Amino acid sequence: MIEEQAKVKQQTRRILNRFGRKRENLIPILQKVQGKLGYFPREAMLEIAEFLDMPEIDVYSVVTFYNQFRLIPPGKHSVRVCLGTACHMKGGYIALDAWKRRLDIDRGQTTLDREFDLETVACVGCCVMAPVTVVDDKPQAKVEPTKVDGILLSFKLEKERQGEESR
Amino acid sequence: MKTISLTIDGKKVTASEGEKVLWAALDNGIYIPNLCALRDASESPAACCLCFVEVEGKSQPVTACTERVEQGMVVNTRSPGALRLARTALELLLASNVVDCAHCPANGSCELQKIAHHLGVKLKTRRFRKLLRELPVDSSSPVFIYDPNKCVLCGRCVWVCRERLGIGVLGFAHRGFERLVTTFADEPIAESRCRECGECVVACPTGALTFKEQ
Ligand code: FES
Ligand code: FES
Repeated sequence: MIEEQAKVKQQTRRILNRFGRKRENLIPILQKVQGKLGYFPREAMLEIAEFLDMPEIDVYSVVTFYNQFRLIPPGKHSVRVCLGTACHMKGGYIALDAWKRRLDIDRGQTTLDREFDLETVACVGCCVMAPVTVVDDKPQAKVEPTKVDGILLSFKLEKERQGEESR
Repeated sequence: MKTISLTIDGKKVTASEGEKVLWAALDNGIYIPNLCALRDASESPAACCLCFVEVEGKSQPVTACTERVEQGMVVNTRSPGALRLARTALELLLASNVVDCAHCPANGSCELQKIAHHLGVKLKTRRFRKLLRELPVDSSSPVFIYDPNKCVLCGRCVWVCRERLGIGVLGFAHRGFERLVTTFADEPIAESRCRECGECVVACPTGALTFKEQ
């Protein structure tokens, strides 16, 4: 655990060294750090706050404000349920509920096996396909609970196949 | 500094140049509801929307905490248009706030009670559907209790902790309905850098921050 923390600090510091100590660099810094770490561990946020000489709560404030920033490590596969206007009307919440139930996590969380993480987004620009869920950057159309089962099944099969190949 | 004269609710008053209408009124015994403005802060966030007044010559009500006094200005704090805005702002605040005065340590000193009385709004107003956040109460500090369910997000405690005292433990986090005054990583106060000075409790206008023993 301590080693892990030291590593996070080191990685964060390496990114910070490329920036000036100006408040307005906060968001670009956050983007770069998340790009490297995938999310924001405590130590990373503390390092950033110290570097920019701002209260640590301000870093936390920005991280929790924007959807793009995460406080929990991402899963191997990302599930983004669209709740934009069109998808909302076409049952986006039913899709979200199906994902929540099947993955047994809430939005903003990652499954225990770190296979999937669940998030919501507001319109991904393909409303004709509503309700949309973007799975690993691929928009899935007309996502009903049965479709959720289908997508999860194909991941499961894929994983089994890979397991066999590597054996 | 130059003093100028203006009229508030028909009363001739003087104020120093550059002063905000809110403070000019309060200094002259004319009450205007307010939650988010602080006298020693250079700017008001104008977030609570309770201090609306009408200024002659302006087509719309303005927030008294951001409006500067001007020579010959005519202010009406009781205009129907301004009061309607302020009432709605208060009713929205109350709709997502725990109103339990009988069991609240702030009973009698709460600004919300004062403002509701002033605006003629019932604390148990039913105009908007009640929507509570049901957040955990933090009683980890030896000195005070923080109940975010009674917080109106005025930001007074945040300002005092950071600007006046230079500590900066408190701030705003999360977004929309989930927005909240909190500490880094939503940690209990006792685990933060809090020095237990209690200045935030003094600044809090409601029962969100209260001392453990009085
Ligand atoms: S609302 Fe979902 S894609 Fe536009
Ligand atoms: S006191 Fe003016 S908007 Fe809050």
